[in-house]
Amino acid sequence: MSIATRQRRVFLILIAVAASMFGFGYVLPPLYARVCQLTGFNQLQSADSVSGSARPDADRTVLMQFDSNLRDGLPWNFRATQATAPVHPGQLVQVSYEVSNNSDHAISGQAIASYAPAGAAAYVRKLECFCFSIQTFAAHEVRQMPVIFLIDSSLPRDVSTVTLSYTFFEVPGRQAPAKENTT
Amino acid sequence: MNTIQEMAVSPVDEPVEERRGIMRWLTSTNHKEIGTLYLIFSFAMFLVGGSMALCIRAELFRPGLQFLRPELFNQLTTMHGLIMVFGAVMPAFVGFANWQLPMMIGASDMAFPRLNNFGFWLLPPAAILLMGSFFAPGGATAAGWTLYAPLSVQMGPGMDMAIFAIHLLGISSIVGAINIATTILHRRAPGMTLMKMPMFVWTWLVTAFLLVAVMPVFASAVTMLLTDRHFGTHFFNAAGGGDPVLFQHIFWFFGHPEVYILILPAFGIISEVIPTFSRKPLFGYRSMVLATCAIGVLAFLVWGHHMFTVGFGVGPELFFMYATMLVAVPTGVKLFNWIGTMWQGSLTFEAPMLFAVGFILVFLVGGVTGVVLAVAAVDVQLQDTYYVVAHFHYTMVAGSLFSLFAATYFWLPKWTGRMYDETLARWHFGLSIVFFNMTFFVMFFLGLAGMPRRIPDYPLQFADFNMIASIGAAGFGFSQLLFLYVVVKCVRRGTQASGRVWEGAVGLEWTLPSPAPKHSFEIPPVIK
Repeated sequence: MSIATRQRRVFLILIAVAASMFGFGYVLPPLYARVCQLTGFNQLQSADSVSGSARPDADRTVLMQFDSNLRDGLPWNFRATQATAPVHPGQLVQVSYEVSNNSDHAISGQAIASYAPAGAAAYVRKLECFCFSIQTFAAHEVRQMPVIFLIDSSLPRDVSTVTLSYTFFEVPGRQAPAKENTT
Repeated sequence: MNTIQEMAVSPVDEPVEERRGIMRWLTSTNHKEIGTLYLIFSFAMFLVGGSMALCIRAELFRPGLQFLRPELFNQLTTMHGLIMVFGAVMPAFVGFANWQLPMMIGASDMAFPRLNNFGFWLLPPAAILLMGSFFAPGGATAAGWTLYAPLSVQMGPGMDMAIFAIHLLGISSIVGAINIATTILHRRAPGMTLMKMPMFVWTWLVTAFLLVAVMPVFASAVTMLLTDRHFGTHFFNAAGGGDPVLFQHIFWFFGHPEVYILILPAFGIISEVIPTFSRKPLFGYRSMVLATCAIGVLAFLVWGHHMFTVGFGVGPELFFMYATMLVAVPTGVKLFNWIGTMWQGSLTFEAPMLFAVGFILVFLVGGVTGVVLAVAAVDVQLQDTYYVVAHFHYTMVAGSLFSLFAATYFWLPKWTGRMYDETLARWHFGLSIVFFNMTFFVMFFLGLAGMPRRIPDYPLQFADFNMIASIGAAGFGFSQLLFLYVVVKCVRRGTQASGRVWEGAVGLEWTLPSPAPKHSFEIPPVIK
C-alpha cells in the first residue's frame, strides 16, 4: 500500500470519527432523558406516587401559597383560584388554577413548577397536575385545572410555609396530545 | 521579473517559484510558513484577549462601577475566555506543531499541506465574526465562555455570530488535528518507532485524538443552541421538555477534554526543554508516554466535576470526585519525572529553562488547587468564586502560556538562525512570573472569602486584593510587549545561532542548519 493510500485511509477514518462524534452529541439528549427516567432525577412531568399508609398529621399545619407566572409575553391570564391554604402534612389537597386565553387563536403552553423554599420540593407530592403535559387553549377559552397534592409528613419541622409556583412557557408549534385534561 | 508569466503557465500541482506578498501567505502549503501564520495569528489574538482582561481588571480596580456598563463587562469576560482558549492558546500549539512536528520526526512536510492551509485560513473569518459581534444589536454574547443555556438561548444576534465562529474554529481544529495525527502516524522517518518519538510529538498525537473526538461534540452543542434559538427545538428549554442542565453535560463532555487539549502539548514542550538544559535524557520516558495516554482517557470521565452543584445526587458526585482525583496520579508522574530529569543534571537557566522551571512551580499550584476543587463538598462552597478563576489561570496562563514562551525561546533560534536577546528574555520571565503571581495568587484569597466571579462590582472588603490583582494584571500585560520586542528583534538581527543551538539539544530538528531551510528532510533521515 502506498503512503498516499495509507494516509487517505487514516484521513477517512478520522473524518468518520469526527462525524460520528457530532452525531454522538445528538445521541446525548435522549440518553440523558433515559438516564433521568431510570434514576428518577428531574422527572417534572410525571405524577408522584404516595404510599397507602399516609395519614394526615392533624397536629401540624403548613401554610401553602399558590403562585402563578407567565413568560414570553403569553396573552393569557393565569391565576390560582385561592391564594393560600392551610394544609396538614399527609392530607390530600385539591386546588385549582385558572387560565383564560385572551388571544384570537389557540396557544399551547407548558407549566413548570418550582418551590420555595427549594428544599421543600422533595416533600410536595403531586398526584395530578396540569403541568404533566402541554396544555392547549382555544381562542378565548377559560378553563380551570386541578392540582391534587399532599405534603409528605417528613417535611422538616422548621418549614412552616411552602410556596408552589407555576410558570407557563409558550410552546410554539405544538398542540396538546389529547383533550383529556379538561376535568 | 517574469514570475507572473511563469505562474500563469505552470500547472497547479507543480511547485511554484516563490510567490510574493500576500499571495505567498494565502496560498502557502509549507508547514513552516503556515506555522508562522498560526503563531502570528495567535499572538495577535492573545493581545486582543489580553486587552479585554485589562479592561476587566481596570473596572475591578476599585469597588463600584467606573468604566464599563455591566452588560459590556459580561461581554468582555465572555469574549476574553473564548478568544484566549480558541483564538490564542489552541492556534499557538497548532503553530508549534506545524513548525516542529515534521522536523522532529524527519518528515518533509505535513501529510495534507493544502488541508493545512485551509485549516489556518478558517481562523481569520472566525476572529472577525467574534470581534464583529461586539457591534451587533445587544453586543457580543455575554453568556460566559461556557455559553450556558438558558442565557445563551436568550442572547441577541451576537450569540449567533459566536456560534458560527465556533463552527469555523471547530472545523479548523478538526482538520488540523486530523492532519497532525496522520503526519505522526505515517510520515515518521524510517526507524523512528512510536516509542522513539520525542515527547512533544507524543503529547500532540494524544491531543489530536482528543480534538477529533470532542470538537464535534461542541459543534453539536452549539448547533442545538442555534436550533433552540431559531428553529423551534427545545433541547435546553424545560417548557418544551428539554433541560438547561443537559447543555452543561454536553458542554463539559467537550470542555474537560478541551482543557487537556490546552495542557498536553504544554507537557510535551516542557518534556523537551528540561532534558536539554539538564543535559540528561528525559527521566522515565515510557511512564511519561503512559501518563499522557492515561490523562487522555481520564479526560472523558471527569466532566461532572464542573457541575457539582446541579444536584445530580451523591453517587455521581462521588464518582466524579474520585475520578478527578485520579487525574492527579498521571500528572504527578509527569511532575516527578521532570524533577527526576533535573536531578544531578548540569543545569543552566537560559530563558526556555527558566520558563520551564517556572511552569513546574506555578502549574503545581494550579494542579493542587484543582484537587481541592475536586472535593465535591468543598466545591459547593467555592464554585463560581475567584478561587476557580485563580485555579484555571494557574493552569492556563502559568501552564499553557508559560510553556508557549518556553517553546518560543527554545526553537526561535532554529527558525530565525539568530539568538534572541538573552538578557531581555530573562527580564521577560522575571516580570511575567512576578506579575502573574501578583495578579492571580490574591484571587485565591478573594475566592475563599466568597467573591463571586463575572460580577463588575464587589463589596468593600474585597477592595485591597482586587487593587493588587489589577496592578499585577497591568504589569503582566505590558510585560508581554517586551516578549514581542524580543521576538521581533531576533527575527531582524542577532548573533548567528549554530545548528545545534543548545549544548544539550538532542533531536532531529537540531541536525538541520539554523535557520531551518524552507524545505527540510526531503530525503528522510534514518534513525538507528
